[in-house]
Amino acid sequence: MVVDVVGFLPHATIHLPGPFRYLWLQPICCANSPPRMSPEQILFWVFAVATVFSALGVVVLKNPIASAMSLVATFFFLAGIYVLLWAHTVAALQVLVYAGAIMVLFLFVIMLLSINDVGPAVQLSFSRLLGAVATAALLAALVLAFRKLPTSDLAWANDPARLASFGSIKEVGAIMYTQWLFPFEAVSLLLLVAIVGAVVVAKSRI
Amino acid sequence: MLAAALFCIGMLGVLVRRNALVVFMCIELMLNAANLTFLAFARDRGDMTGHISAFFIIAVAAAEAAVGLAIVIAVFRSRGTVNIEEIQTMKH
Repeated sequence: MVVDVVGFLPHATIHLPGPFRYLWLQPICCANSPPRMSPEQILFWVFAVATVFSALGVVVLKNPIASAMSLVATFFFLAGIYVLLWAHTVAALQVLVYAGAIMVLFLFVIMLLSINDVGPAVQLSFSRLLGAVATAALLAALVLAFRKLPTSDLAWANDPARLASFGSIKEVGAIMYTQWLFPFEAVSLLLLVAIVGAVVVAKSRI
Repeated sequence: MLAAALFCIGMLGVLVRRNALVVFMCIELMLNAANLTFLAFARDRGDMTGHISAFFIIAVAAAEAAVGLAIVIAVFRSRGTVNIEEIQTMKH
């Protein structure tokens, strides 16, 4: 299924990434109306806005469980964006590891501790005000820095063979198990140490 | 890149709040923002090393969450609170 994407990639019909391939049997945008948004861009903005709002929910919501749920939503929307970035493998990992494993851990701990402090979510104090100001400054600096990035022409995406394999499990695995084999093993060791350490720390009496 | 804006706003949401267990979730959010930039640049440059980096970040985040939550449990056991305002032993 080939969708003509107007105005997003310079001169290209591109293949939509895997799971989205069958969503548009009829292309949404017509080839002769240049400034229309491509389906990819529409999806990106939907996911982006949803991600930002659920991330803000994590910060603003009072109840830790509500925060955790908002975080799950954030992870799912982010996974959607990853798919739009041709990173299917990482998107799948994101849903499995974050939304599956890490969030269950969080919910488990929240419910285990049964925290019921019902103070306001954000109390004003000098240090917090300072933190907010510093955050705003950082945001401004980052926005300025990102605006100076050169816009890439995505020339590599004109090669259909490369585009087809980009981000697939096969390619990622090939790189990971050849070029990055040692870091991979180191990460497995790190996970083992972390698990043992977590048990030791959380245990009341050893 | 379009993703850059999202990264910034994610950062903003991450850093403002200082409260209890939510701080940990905010750290996860920051790691995800880093992941997003890795993937965005990987897409931009057509270089899949960014995917590998994202993979390692996810693995390290899992380890960090396990250890961090264990520490939270230990602190809760000894202090009976998870409010970071009340845990000040290491303050001079």
